[in-house]
Amino acid sequence: MSNIMNVNDKLATFNDNFSDSADLTEVVGRSLWQDARIRLMRNKAAVVSMIILSIITLMAIFAPWLSSHPFDEVYWDFIQVPPNVAEGFWFGTDENGRDLFVRTLYGARVSLMVGLVATTVSLVIGVVYGAVAGYMGGRIDNIMMRFVDILYSLPFMFFVIILMVIFGRNIYLIFVALGAVEWLTMARIVRGQTLAVKKKEFVEAAHASGVSTTKIIFRHIIPNILGPVIVYMTLTIPQVILTESFLSFLGLGVQEPLTSWGVLISEGAKVMESAPWMLAFPATFLAITLFCFNFIGDGLRDALDPKDR
Amino acid sequence: MSVNVKVPILTVDNLKVHFPVDTGTFFTKNKTLKAVDGVSFQLHEGETLSVVGESGCGKSTLGRAVLQLLHNTDGQVVWMGQSITGHSVKEMRPLRKQMQIIFQDPLASLDPRMTIGEIIAEPLVTHHPELAGKAVRYRVREMMDIVGLLPRMINRYPHEFSGGQCQRIGIARAMILQPRVIVCDEPVSALDVSIQAQIINLLGELQQKFGLSLLFISHDLSIVRHISHRVMVLYLGNVMEIADKDDLYNSPKHPYTQALISAVPAPDPAVRKKRVVLKGDLPSPIDPPSGCVFRTRCLYADEQCSQKKPDLVDCSTSGLNRRHQVACYKIETIDD
Repeated sequence: MSNIMNVNDKLATFNDNFSDSADLTEVVGRSLWQDARIRLMRNKAAVVSMIILSIITLMAIFAPWLSSHPFDEVYWDFIQVPPNVAEGFWFGTDENGRDLFVRTLYGARVSLMVGLVATTVSLVIGVVYGAVAGYMGGRIDNIMMRFVDILYSLPFMFFVIILMVIFGRNIYLIFVALGAVEWLTMARIVRGQTLAVKKKEFVEAAHASGVSTTKIIFRHIIPNILGPVIVYMTLTIPQVILTESFLSFLGLGVQEPLTSWGVLISEGAKVMESAPWMLAFPATFLAITLFCFNFIGDGLRDALDPKDR
Repeated sequence: MSVNVKVPILTVDNLKVHFPVDTGTFFTKNKTLKAVDGVSFQLHEGETLSVVGESGCGKSTLGRAVLQLLHNTDGQVVWMGQSITGHSVKEMRPLRKQMQIIFQDPLASLDPRMTIGEIIAEPLVTHHPELAGKAVRYRVREMMDIVGLLPRMINRYPHEFSGGQCQRIGIARAMILQPRVIVCDEPVSALDVSIQAQIINLLGELQQKFGLSLLFISHDLSIVRHISHRVMVLYLGNVMEIADKDDLYNSPKHPYTQALISAVPAPDPAVRKKRVVLKGDLPSPIDPPSGCVFRTRCLYADEQCSQKKPDLVDCSTSGLNRRHQVACYKIETIDD
């Protein structure tokens, strides 16, 4: 008898606790971004990618301490040798006898910086510009988008060379030049998406509540167009990294002895039959990085879509 | 006629909303679509005025123009004695607190990327940025309770709710600033019948509790009969008849209203009603008929109707202070 009582008591307290905890956990207000972070952390591929990217970034930052060889020293006895653990040439050396491991890490500095800075610049300018043009519509939209068209028609190389002539050769100038070109496409994508979203009733509802135009754009329009924006962003990162190598090849980007992944890969590609390691290592790093960015991009897109919860 | 001492909360005077229509070719002159063409009415405190009419007759446009979400071409909207026509977005902002709107599609009117807590709080945060987060959440939970939502659902997203619940969220958002007027733009036409009744009753309760005035836009005459005090019949952007609910349903004067009322299904299958069937389709609002816009489908129309647009004239039969107005030349010849 007492047993049954006990069970009933337990059940009662359990129910009490249950309803209490349900109330307590739910009353705290959460926003899309907080929810998105929780959901992103649950996405295994994205989390693993973030860890790998952090490792690569840390390796790039601490490159001088990770290897006993300086990145620009020529070892005359070790010209284009395959990976040699005994001598500390873990990735082998290039045709000038420089350690490929430390050069790959130095290349990571330039490539990751270019990828992130140029993409961020294009993201910020492109999203705001496109959203404003699309939301305002009419004449403002026309003027803003014709300006984009004019910039589009400017040849990219011409633009970079003019910048070089005016400001001198500088790696930061490459970031600016790439960012300044990449945002044009982003602005067009965002404008198109904005046109589709701005006619929705929830935007009208916000307008009817007296929400200001700026807040409507930032609180309602931009969060609702993030899907395609993030996908395009993950496509922009590799594009920017490869464009940088093209500029370097023309002598407009990073200069010897400094290097980047793009430069290492193009050098490696020339000798891939005789020295495959010169292509394999930088290419592997680039591929892993791009995979990571893609997984993070996908994870972000899903995390920001409440319907995927 | 006794004088109505109450100042109307909202007066609409000869409101016109015309849209330019691109004809597609460069050389022809662009036409105008007359969505609302000279509508006048008054809305009093605590009153429900329904606007009924076929699709495309300008009901929704009228509702949006009243809130100045659309700019009207001509005429005036007067809010508590002050004209708000042509107010800029900034000038309208303080007034938005007092006039809100509920939309037809409940899900589409909620931002899919916001939790319902944020959605309901948005007007409050916009107009009272000084309120602390805790106070905002308290008000939101209170309002959710009032409209019949469980306050612990505050962190859910709109797609997790049914249509009826979404409409409750929309109502909570409209109510949180305790406005004086709510424009209901077909708030129940997207819901199924059992849910319609719940939402309508909720609106009725809120009206009682807060002394709300409703401008209720609908095409469902049985719902309109249930909720409204007065009814306005719209046809091609023109008022055909405006009257107290009972007057309109029991003795419709305008031939169009008579046709509409006769189309309402009777709940009793034994009752055989005389059915007035209209011929033809709604004419295009780009090129409306001259004179009375209804004359092309009217059973009583003659030469006189095509000359000049009929004015709204008083034809009250009872001695009530609210008038029964009809825009028709043939009232005398039409039997009820």
